Amino acid sequence: MLAWTIYLSLGTALLLMLLPERREQWARFLALGAALGGLVLSASALFQSAPGSFRTVTRLSWIPTLGIDYHLGADGISLVLVFLTGLAAVAGILFSWNIGHRPREFFALYLALIGGVYGVFLSFDLFLLFVFYEIAIIPKYFLIAIWGSTRREYAAMKLALYSFVGSAMVLVGLVAAFVFAGGQTMSLADLAAHRFPREFQMWAFPLVFVGFAVLAGLWPFHTWAPTGHVAAPTAASMLLAGVVMKLGAYGCLRVAMTLFPEGLQPWGFEWLGIGSWRDVFALLAVTGILYGGMVALVQKDFKFVIGYSSVSHMGFVLLGLMTLQTIGLTGAVLQMFSHGIVAGLLFAVVGRMVYDRVHTRHLDDLQPMNLSRGLPFAAVTFTLATLASIGLPGFSGFVAELQVLIGAWQAYPTLAVLTGAGILVGVAYGLRALQRAFFAERRSCTDGQASGSARGAPAQPPDSPAPLEPISFPERVGSILLIAASLAVGLYPDLLLKYILPSFNAPWFDGLRGGGLP
Amino acid sequence: MIPVNYLDLLRLAAPETVVLAGALVVLGVDLLALREVETGLRRLLLLILGAVTCGAAIAWMAAFPNLGNFMQGMLVVTPLTQWVKGGVLALAILTLLLSGGASFTNHWGEYVALLLLSAVGLMFLVSSESLLVIFIALELASLSLYILAAFHHDAPESAEAALKYFLFGSVSAGFMLFGLSLLYGLSGSIDLREIAAALGGPFLDPLLAVAMVTVAVGLGFKIAAAPFHLWAPDVYQAAPPPSAAFIASASKLASFFVLAKVLSVGMGGLEGRAVFGDYLPGWVPLLAALAAASLLWGNLAAIVQTNVRRLIAYSAIAHAGYMLLGIMGGKAGLPALVYYAMTYGFTTLGAFGVASLVRDRVGGDNLSDFAGLSRREPWMAFCMLVFMLSLAGIPPLAGFFGKFYLFAAALKTSSLDLLWLVILAIGMSAVSLYYYLQVLKQIYVVPPPSGLAAAPIPSLPKTVIILAALTVIVLGCAPNLLLRVLAAP
Repeated sequence: MLAWTIYLSLGTALLLMLLPERREQWARFLALGAALGGLVLSASALFQSAPGSFRTVTRLSWIPTLGIDYHLGADGISLVLVFLTGLAAVAGILFSWNIGHRPREFFALYLALIGGVYGVFLSFDLFLLFVFYEIAIIPKYFLIAIWGSTRREYAAMKLALYSFVGSAMVLVGLVAAFVFAGGQTMSLADLAAHRFPREFQMWAFPLVFVGFAVLAGLWPFHTWAPTGHVAAPTAASMLLAGVVMKLGAYGCLRVAMTLFPEGLQPWGFEWLGIGSWRDVFALLAVTGILYGGMVALVQKDFKFVIGYSSVSHMGFVLLGLMTLQTIGLTGAVLQMFSHGIVAGLLFAVVGRMVYDRVHTRHLDDLQPMNLSRGLPFAAVTFTLATLASIGLPGFSGFVAELQVLIGAWQAYPTLAVLTGAGILVGVAYGLRALQRAFFAERRSCTDGQASGSARGAPAQPPDSPAPLEPISFPERVGSILLIAASLAVGLYPDLLLKYILPSFNAPWFDGLRGGGLP
Repeated sequence: MIPVNYLDLLRLAAPETVVLAGALVVLGVDLLALREVETGLRRLLLLILGAVTCGAAIAWMAAFPNLGNFMQGMLVVTPLTQWVKGGVLALAILTLLLSGGASFTNHWGEYVALLLLSAVGLMFLVSSESLLVIFIALELASLSLYILAAFHHDAPESAEAALKYFLFGSVSAGFMLFGLSLLYGLSGSIDLREIAAALGGPFLDPLLAVAMVTVAVGLGFKIAAAPFHLWAPDVYQAAPPPSAAFIASASKLASFFVLAKVLSVGMGGLEGRAVFGDYLPGWVPLLAALAAASLLWGNLAAIVQTNVRRLIAYSAIAHAGYMLLGIMGGKAGLPALVYYAMTYGFTTLGAFGVASLVRDRVGGDNLSDFAGLSRREPWMAFCMLVFMLSLAGIPPLAGFFGKFYLFAAALKTSSLDLLWLVILAIGMSAVSLYYYLQVLKQIYVVPPPSGLAAAPIPSLPKTVIILAALTVIVLGCAPNLLLRVLAAP
């Protein structure tokens, strides 16, 4: 049944394209139905599966000449990420209920993207995985270029080219590995079991890892992320930050690290204290955490704050992968889930609740509006999301970042300290944005002029005479869904951990065991 | 003197004979019966007659699969050549139907006959392993194509492009003939297999090197590989769209096949090695240089094009670079090459079809003329999306699997020696996404210009375009449909 998450999304996307233009409301409900179906399927698959088991969903011979199979399967990691995709998809549709410009095509492309994402998480044949990975690129381009805002065509092209260059690097590594292993199989399990020579792994690993990590926002290849997130329409930013960046991190873990584990071993010489690709990427990840946080601290555009915070949070994922400790890897996967939920929520508040109503995202403009009165629901949601994002205990982010930090402490004590500093920066930019956007005292910026008069006026920003449109029902449902997910995982992390943890016992992680994985 | 068995010849060359007879019938019917008939009906009848002829040849090949080798390589029919010929004929049918609704000429009898004649030339090209027949077939195909390129009766650019095509073509044919004569002199035979046996290898005679280079020049012109590509942008842009589509698809398929055959069969031991530090002269380094030049020049020059047909021409040069990789894959690369060239033929034919429809409606085929096509013609826009993304190599379309297979075959045969070229090719395909997206941006993102009157699209070209798009999708999702027969031993 799990495979139907893919077929349902792609099939509905096709159906929407055939729908008559004027059936806008049908398009919305069809899209919502498909996303809900995906969520139900993924949730039931997750919670019914036995922890630690690997399940083949479908396995057909696809291109026998080259030994390529249509192989869909799921282990704990896949199931958690598929569940995340289901959640993000439903929430994204709820938050784009008000799309009025070509809604039919919007939802068709949106579902095509979702279908591709499901496919990547469920593929256990690398050719198939790559096919789905690339299917996800084109809808992103159109979603941003047609429905986007600030510099949309530039941002869309940048995003598409970064993704495509990344996947080109992956393709080089995959074709080379395929030919090297005899050209008879593309199955993940078979290729992971094949022992490639060390010299081969030493160039193939960084190539494939960086190729995937481009999409995960690895510093310094992250620059597509803030511009792309800012330009994208709300639902697309939610998906981009929420699940598409996870595709990259997932590829790093599932493909680069399992196929070429020896690429993580020391080179045999040290330069400035760096002795392996693992050190290089760990350092880049921490740089991303700190850099993303610091840049978020000085942004004037509300959405850029969230965009850079995504770079920072994805740094935790990549650092967790590079610890090679079970706890760090588990933390990385949990952080993927947590960031997917929280980033989606943050973008929803900024893009849908605030920007669609007051038509500005500039923090200096938002400051005098005192939105905590005008949009109390948005303010509460954003407060909770910020708390989750800065890692307050009780929210999912706390558990995830703590695990990554513990793993990093065992592997890279110095970097762990820097990461701790990164968490503090995260608190700083989170609270700054929260305060300036929602809870600014009006006189703090209009100082001498209108200190008294505005006091009594209820809930009305001075520059918009009409009252703000109230928060709609779909928005409320979407917010509550995401907050509940984050809280549930934060209060009872075992809900997901019991599926993630045993997944690392699978045979394809054998190559990593020497490096610290028990 | 070996006695010639004409019955054998007829049996093996039956499909070619059918098409040739069809060409003569078309001419005769046009001259005797259709002079007085109104142009639209006459065009339709002649095009259908041509298409039926090609269909009959395909049906003949399917019903009587005669295989064999006539007169030591004069005519070699294998399952693979049957499939390639089937591909040429299918592309010819689509080209003919694409011309329905076009108005670039009144001489439809001659047009259809020439198209069929060039198809005959391409078919002989595919099935011969004898230098003489290869050259004659190449000339038959080329001469017909030169005229087809000039068929636009009121566009001087068409004549100019055809003249350019003809001048370049005849010079490179001269080069090729020179090379072939050297090959004959060195080996004493015109049969490719005997030549290979006589030449031996792996070391290269200087005279043989000259022969190799001149043959590569001659066929490099046909496949529009850089630096022999100069004619392609002009012809693609100015020739009547169906002629350009045929030149870009069927002619390319057959030329690639014959190039692969001449090199891998006729110069079997002379591959050489194209790897830094361990270089050995041979045709692989030669092709590697051509491929690298085509990939770089085609993709980089396509970025700055503002005319869609010119853009497709530069992308065709780049695609010649990809396909050369398949030739370097030797025997293992041949199915990959044929798969790629065939699916590429359908893709580019469809793209020309859409460009031609836009030209008829808007009056031009510049990038800006495509603005808002998705609002006016959602189906044609979607087909163009399929073609462009397939050319860029986005799965699950045929272009992606084709590239993957080519790269895998080239790497496998060369045991990773050609990795540098594969990296260049994959990197350049990332560049190519930029200009394909420029076309799609016009179609889907930019709003349509106001004040464009609605007009119905002729249904015949529309059907052809949708068929081509379907082929690209189906062969991309289920490559095994074609691979099963191509890769069969």
